[in-house]
Amino acid sequence: MTRRPSKTYWIGFSVIFALLIVAPLVLPEFWRRFVTEVLIWGLLAMSSDLLIGYTGMISFGHSAFFGLGMYGAAAALLLVSPPNLWLAISFGLIGAAGAALFVAYFSTRLRDIYFAITTLIFSQIFYVIIFTWTRVTGGENGLIFSRPHLSIPLIYSARFTPTTMHWFVLAVVTASYLFLRRVTQSPFGMVLQSIRENEARTRAIGFPVERYKIVAVMLSGVFAGLAGVLYAIQNEFAAPDFVYFVTSGDAVIYNVIGGIGTLVGPIVGAGFFLLMREVVSRIFGDQFPYLIPLGIIFIGMIIFLPRGLLGFARRWLNR
Amino acid sequence: MNIAEAITEPLVRVEDLHTYYGKSHILHGVSLHVGPGEVVGLLGRNGVGKSTTLKTIMGLVQPRQGKVLFDGNVITGLAPHKLARLGIGYVPEDRRIFRLLTVMENLRTGLDRHGMTEEKKQALLDKAFTFFPVLAERRKQAGGTLSGGEQQMLAIARAMMLEPKIILLDEPTEGLMPRMVSQIGQIIDVLHREGVAILLVEQNVPLTLEASQRVYILEKGAVRHHCAASEIGVGDSVIKQYLGV
Amino acid sequence: MDAVVGFLQAIPLDQLMIQTVNGVVTGMILALVASGLTLIFGILDVVNFAHGELFMLGAYMGVIVITATGSFFLALITSTLVIALFGAALQIVTLRPLIGRHPLNTILATFGTSLVLQNYALWQFGPVSRKISEPITAHFGLFYLEYPWYRLLIAGLSAVIIGGFWLFLKFSTFGVWIRATSQDRVMAQAMGIPVPWVYTGVFAIGAGMAAASGVLFAPLVGVDHAMGLDWVLKAFIVVVVGGMGNLGGSIAAAIFISLLESYASIWVGPSLAVIVSFVVLILTLLFRPTGLFVATPK
Repeated sequence: MTRRPSKTYWIGFSVIFALLIVAPLVLPEFWRRFVTEVLIWGLLAMSSDLLIGYTGMISFGHSAFFGLGMYGAAAALLLVSPPNLWLAISFGLIGAAGAALFVAYFSTRLRDIYFAITTLIFSQIFYVIIFTWTRVTGGENGLIFSRPHLSIPLIYSARFTPTTMHWFVLAVVTASYLFLRRVTQSPFGMVLQSIRENEARTRAIGFPVERYKIVAVMLSGVFAGLAGVLYAIQNEFAAPDFVYFVTSGDAVIYNVIGGIGTLVGPIVGAGFFLLMREVVSRIFGDQFPYLIPLGIIFIGMIIFLPRGLLGFARRWLNR
Repeated sequence: MNIAEAITEPLVRVEDLHTYYGKSHILHGVSLHVGPGEVVGLLGRNGVGKSTTLKTIMGLVQPRQGKVLFDGNVITGLAPHKLARLGIGYVPEDRRIFRLLTVMENLRTGLDRHGMTEEKKQALLDKAFTFFPVLAERRKQAGGTLSGGEQQMLAIARAMMLEPKIILLDEPTEGLMPRMVSQIGQIIDVLHREGVAILLVEQNVPLTLEASQRVYILEKGAVRHHCAASEIGVGDSVIKQYLGV
Repeated sequence: MDAVVGFLQAIPLDQLMIQTVNGVVTGMILALVASGLTLIFGILDVVNFAHGELFMLGAYMGVIVITATGSFFLALITSTLVIALFGAALQIVTLRPLIGRHPLNTILATFGTSLVLQNYALWQFGPVSRKISEPITAHFGLFYLEYPWYRLLIAGLSAVIIGGFWLFLKFSTFGVWIRATSQDRVMAQAMGIPVPWVYTGVFAIGAGMAAASGVLFAPLVGVDHAMGLDWVLKAFIVVVVGGMGNLGGSIAAAIFISLLESYASIWVGPSLAVIVSFVVLILTLLFRPTGLFVATPK
């Protein structure tokens, strides 16, 4: 019995997609960039949702995957001339996949809290390596490079304009969303959710739970890396700050606010959080520690609204 | 029935309890009562809900429906530690003494409460050691090193430290040698003479009929039979019907 | 034979001795921080991400009291008590509502708390780090160094606090309650022990220990809003290596890892020496995931 998503879902999807396409044409540059960044962070949070919302594994390691995607892209753009977009993406994904493999191998045998802590520590290991290996990674200062051309082999090659940059990011994020959606609704995705519900029972039925977890971590890591690549291309620099575990924490925050287990929720969560940050700093000034009220809201949401903003729609979004 | 129960408000009254474990409906409307100082037996086969009834009274499990009253006051929904302080003692199946605490420390957990002077604590300890000399010998030993029978005695002594008005006793003779079983019977007698009410869950029919004034028989989560202990004997058809193999 | 002699001669014995002392000193402070963390995990089943911030707030509190009164020991005591109370309030507001829910919730709640507290400190105290001067400035000769007595004092005080706590756990009423609750939460309640308050108390004690470490450590480094982050990470490693919930194990692990790091810094320099703790963690996870210092591996 295949479940077909309702028409309303696809209509809603198309409307939002259309709005996002039109956005760069109507919004002032600041907000255009804002929306693009929301999409990128949303992709990171969405990758993390695969683990948290669908497999039931909290990971604080996504900053490592993001960071390696970022630095991988940087490597491609600095080492190979002329800078090539697709090479950057490939390098970034390979870097992230490598990190994901490392983390997956060690951590998937651990349950819950141990897993969370070890992913945290592993992302810090990557941070320390990147921070201290100055010759290769630029250390504290990071790397600066130039943006590659938006090139479709043999057909098109031109500089990115803000608008095409936005469309490129939108295309990548949307494709990722649709892909991850297919994955979560596939038999593989069903097993992941079964692991989330009751790992012991899933194992008892006969599924090689560790292998599923490893694949989940790798998938999650690759998409987090993709977000890192997009960030690098958009901003033309890579910095170790993003590999610090706080970035993983951000992803988790977006997940909780938006609603885990929905894939779209994290993107909404990212949007909400970043918007609130913008609003608070406009009202109270740049120096105001926006994380204090936002942090309190976050804690409040965990206590009172644990399913997140979109939590109520979780079933519907997964049909 | 020939018990003059209608006159005084019972110490513990349970009305129409429905308790679930997840989706399993364990108690289907259990109602019973225990008068002050009474020993009441709760008989039934494995899995009929005897332990669950005790756990519900003790607040360890919340019923979906129904009430538990203590001394006329509704106590359903109160936290277990409050009930212990109100005067309900609980001796669970498999004893569950604190294995890594000494015998002395186990007893202390019940002694250290509001309004207890050193003299009162010492008096209670002396009483426990008089009833259970074995515990006095082993007072500095870790609970986990005691034998099964000794642990059972510790579990009961520990509950006595709360100076309870009623003790919920869950299968105290399970896994014990016959000599110890009769000792349990004696302990129940002594407690009864002290005026402590007891709700005794057991599978040992002779002991229960001997020690109790009234018995309830449970089957599939509901009370099927209720009478004075003196009215039935071990070989009765009622017993065979609900407890026979 | 010559090679062995050569090797032995190459070991800088005096540096080794100095680093041993350093390792023990750092290890004792780490042990104090980690003890609080493992206690909270063992009894409440809560991974307290905000522990580093309690350490940091303790240090700041110390700065405030010293600036006002000039007394280091008054700072130590006040800070410990105030932050312990704060910890109790924190637990009641943010963690009690989450009892019984999936552990994910408490991890997130403490993570959110750590963000709020860090930013609060940044806002209140500014980004410039503060300094406390050591209460004892005397030095003694340790090989070629003038070694500060203060460092030994820290180690001693940490040991005293940990020892004091151990005695408290063993002999006081609340200590018995804590031990009973950690062995069998349900029966502890059935014995009239107010378990929700045991939880609050334990969290407060853990917070107090973190604060004390903060004050003790403050004269060695600058006090700033981010000082908690590095320590909490180290503390987590110690707790995992020592066996989560295992008090003795955390202390042993703290000293063990600190010693290894101090020795490593002779050859590779302090910034890379942190890798040692990562390596120890990875090895522990591979071979003895329940903890290196746990009696029987489960």
